[in-house]
Amino acid sequence: MTATDLSPTKQEADKLFQRKRLIGFGIPAVVFAYLVYIFFAFDISGLAGRANLDNAVTLASDSWSHKIHVTRDNRSGEITYAFEGERKGRYPAGQRPDWVSGDEIIEIDLGADHVVRYLPENRTEIEVPGFPKIEVQAEGRSLTNNLPDDLPEWISASNRRIGITTEEGRITLTGARTEVFNYFPGWELFWFTLDSPYYGHSIGSILFGERLDPARSNITGAVSDWWNNKMWRHKDVAWAIGETILMAFLGTMGAAMLALPLAFLAAKRFTPILLLRAVTRRLFDFVRGVDALIWTVVLARAFGPGPLTGTLAILITDTGTFGKTFSEALENVDQKQIEGVSSTGAKPLQRYRFGVIPQVVPVLLAQILYFLESNTRSATIIGAITGGGIGLMLTQAIQTQKDWEEVAYYIVLIIVMVMFMDWFSGWLRGKLIGRKD
Amino acid sequence: MPAGIFVSGDRMADISLSGGPRAVDNIQSSYLEQVQRRRLYGGLTLLIFIVLMAAGFNVADSRNAGGFWDGLHQIGDYPSEVLSEAWDKRADLPRLIAKYFPALVETINIAAVSTLIGVAGGIILSLLGTRGLAKWPRLIPLFRRISDIMRAVPEIVIALVLIFILGGGPVPAMIAISIHTAGALAKMFSEVAENADLKPVEGLSSTGATWSQRMMLGVLPQVAPNYVSYSLLRFEINIRASAILGFVGAGGIGYELRNAMGWGAGRFDEAAAIFILLFSTIVFFDQVSSRYRNRLTEGQGQ
Repeated sequence: MTATDLSPTKQEADKLFQRKRLIGFGIPAVVFAYLVYIFFAFDISGLAGRANLDNAVTLASDSWSHKIHVTRDNRSGEITYAFEGERKGRYPAGQRPDWVSGDEIIEIDLGADHVVRYLPENRTEIEVPGFPKIEVQAEGRSLTNNLPDDLPEWISASNRRIGITTEEGRITLTGARTEVFNYFPGWELFWFTLDSPYYGHSIGSILFGERLDPARSNITGAVSDWWNNKMWRHKDVAWAIGETILMAFLGTMGAAMLALPLAFLAAKRFTPILLLRAVTRRLFDFVRGVDALIWTVVLARAFGPGPLTGTLAILITDTGTFGKTFSEALENVDQKQIEGVSSTGAKPLQRYRFGVIPQVVPVLLAQILYFLESNTRSATIIGAITGGGIGLMLTQAIQTQKDWEEVAYYIVLIIVMVMFMDWFSGWLRGKLIGRKD
Repeated sequence: MPAGIFVSGDRMADISLSGGPRAVDNIQSSYLEQVQRRRLYGGLTLLIFIVLMAAGFNVADSRNAGGFWDGLHQIGDYPSEVLSEAWDKRADLPRLIAKYFPALVETINIAAVSTLIGVAGGIILSLLGTRGLAKWPRLIPLFRRISDIMRAVPEIVIALVLIFILGGGPVPAMIAISIHTAGALAKMFSEVAENADLKPVEGLSSTGATWSQRMMLGVLPQVAPNYVSYSLLRFEINIRASAILGFVGAGGIGYELRNAMGWGAGRFDEAAAIFILLFSTIVFFDQVSSRYRNRLTEGQGQ
């Protein structure tokens, strides 16, 4: 080798290095520039101003705890005790939590020396350690109080509404009513509501103890009371999850059944007519391109909200996806097996059955089972739009903006459901076509 | 029959002549029996499947607001109304498309940013969760579970919760899609990384390279084509996801679509403009990404 031989090679190598360097610095620079653009386009700096941290705190604390409302109606003087302030979570008449005492003067002990007293004539006394006793009088629509002028940040007061937030609980006072919220950890009433005879009993005493309800045996009674729990609605939740899985199952399988014959039309090997092939392929592209969102919107107009609409939206969109992948699988079929089958004198249909189908089934099944899992997630999302399944229950719970423990419950259920479907489709794939490795 | 095999010479020919047909009969009958049993099982599975499909369809039908057979002939009504109105006002269509174009850009931006963030997260999670590559081999199950959970959460769950805290707009959708993308890509990336050649990594570690240097220089160049291909596929999926999340209040073209739908008849041309934009965007990115993906995987085969 001489120097003259080397110089072009060296030049080439230098060029290559230069290009590599350019790419090595260029791509990160482009990505960075794009992220800077996004920072301004999405107004990320203004996010802190828009974010509502109170909401975040409510969400974080409510999702694992529950509160009991003690409410005095200032017009009728009636006092109610209810879980989450809901009608269906009310204590039956004559019962109340044991941290409430007194008849004429109702004394609510929030713990750690925080005490609220409901006095006659719509007066309220609030004792918070380290702060002078607060007295509030409700008259008509306005409030009079003895609060000092400069308030600590845990008290907000106007002549219409006073809100006091302490570590032990929250108190709100308006002209119409006085309300105390006492917080406790855990999801209360998850098993039984207050009107059930089984409320407050342990599993042991329900299973082996005395009969609690004379009309029913303990186990059937407990199961039916739990199943029909009005606060947590276990029955509706189970149905909703069933609906979501049903949408995914019907949509995926229906799409696969529709797509298989169409895929033969789109595969070059089985359909020599160019026009027919092109039309089928464009059809696949079209239904895929329209996307589940638009299909859902269009189908909801025809069928109304519900699981059927979600099923059909998944079915139509996935027919396109399946059609495309199935026809690709059919293109890659090994010709030898088909020739072998046809050498035995097999008719065309038999050639497909014994020469083609056994080759493509593993590919198809793997695809279908993968989509079964992914469509469970899609069905949750579509359900939130078109109104069906667990997706709808989740959106409703979030929109009411108060049942955060239910939101947390649904989120856990959704994650468990998707992970179950993931495991199930993997298990089924293992059974049907063998493990991957 | 087995006894005959060990006998040599003309004896064997004798045995196989006399024993042959009977043995073939035997094989044939047991084969037919097996085929019949397989057919029975296959038929039963098919029957159960059909019953499940039919029953499931009936349940879905009965729990739906409108029935299938009543609705079937109405499927075309809404699209044809929208199309005919859009056709009547076709002169206005370019203006509407221009009007909604910024919203479309927002939707694409959400998808692009969350793909970028998701890819970064996916690479880190996958490398930490792959045998032979992980920095802390004992924590592999932990990182795998984390990516499983991130993958299992549907985008809408995180988006709705974040909309409550952060208010509407693109950021909740971006975070929600990023989380799901990171989880989904971590699984696919780690399958690829498992098959990566470990020799470059060993070579690098002999020079005293740190873990991140080993990964950057030893592993990523090997897996890059596959990673890019999966990321492009994910970008395509994320455009759809970001349009859907817009529909529940996260900004972009989906949000505009919901508003346009709410106006009802008389403003169908706006809905039509959005449909056209969304459809052509999805088809465009679908085609572009599938072309590049084909090129990437083809290059690898050689």
